[in-house]
Amino acid sequence: MRRRAILGYGAAGVGAVALMLFVGWWQVDGPGGPEPVGQRPVALTEMDFRLTDHEGNAVGPETLIGRPTMAFFGFTYCPDVCPTTLSDISGWLDDLGDEADEMNVVFITVDPERDTVETMAEYVGYFHPAIRGWTGPEEQIARVADGFRATYERVPTESGDYTMNHSASVFLFAASGRFVTMIDYHEPREFAVPKIRRALEEETEGAT
Amino acid sequence: MKKYILTGTLAALLTLGGLSVPALAGPEDVVVENAWSRASIGMNRPGAAYMTIRNTGDEPVTLIGLTTPLAMMPEIHETKTNAEGVSSMSPAGEIVIAPGESIALEPGGLHAMLMRLQEPMTEGDTFPLTLLFDDGGEVTVEVPILGIAARGPED
Ligand SMILES: [Cu+2]
Repeated sequence: MRRRAILGYGAAGVGAVALMLFVGWWQVDGPGGPEPVGQRPVALTEMDFRLTDHEGNAVGPETLIGRPTMAFFGFTYCPDVCPTTLSDISGWLDDLGDEADEMNVVFITVDPERDTVETMAEYVGYFHPAIRGWTGPEEQIARVADGFRATYERVPTESGDYTMNHSASVFLFAASGRFVTMIDYHEPREFAVPKIRRALEEETEGAT
Repeated sequence: MKKYILTGTLAALLTLGGLSVPALAGPEDVVVENAWSRASIGMNRPGAAYMTIRNTGDEPVTLIGLTTPLAMMPEIHETKTNAEGVSSMSPAGEIVIAPGESIALEPGGLHAMLMRLQEPMTEGDTFPLTLLFDDGGEVTVEVPILGIAARGPED
């Protein structure tokens, strides 16, 4: 009698633990879980957005297919992170030399209110000539960020202006549009340039 | 009583001579080295300046603020990048520099944020930036303005 009762509790216990594990999975990783942040971007071929480059051309994810792509987010009123990233990228492109000619390099604004086509044109002109500046309506920028799993947020400053918090990583895609890897902000150049080469080599493999 | 070194005139002279701001050594307590900033596009965008601030004395020093004729609201800011790769910046507050230690204002970390520019920051120019300390001491450094794409004081 006594032993059966213990077995009964034991079985109930196992069932309870299993239920807890299932609930835990459902909430954390399963379909009931929140959209995780910091996850990998989808392929460019799965993205859908319409923007304008700094020369006034209509562009979208399809513009990037066929060549490897380096893309990142920022805004031209950014005093610290964005000019630093743009100069880092310019340095990486210089290191890559001719290889860089085979690449799309795209700076996408998260502040379309201030970053018009003309503003982007003036700003990118100060950096490596391969860098293109993309802007567009706010809802289209939101779609780009969604595809990249990037985030941005408008934050008021004490000076009465606003600044933008935003994903500062540089995203690398193969010529096929497949996401390859990202270069985190502050990552040393000796890691960044080989990562870019990896994205470039995928194209070569696909072409041969 | 702490002593502060006024680097302005010397730095200005050397800058006019085509040199970057040198490492200034001496018996004084606070030494500012390798100051630089980027040129601005117009006056609407905030600027940023960078430098190393070294406390060569025997007591901690506390940096409490900045003044400059170049900007109405200069302030020490700190950029942080979180685990998701999202960067943000906010006022850094007071900064204590321990004896013998230095703090680096550098891209992606601490920076002198220059809000409400009074004039454009032009490549090749310099501007005076005064660091204010909690005991009333001040250090003024002449900050060279480099190109928009500059990466460091040597660019
Ligand atoms: Cu700032």
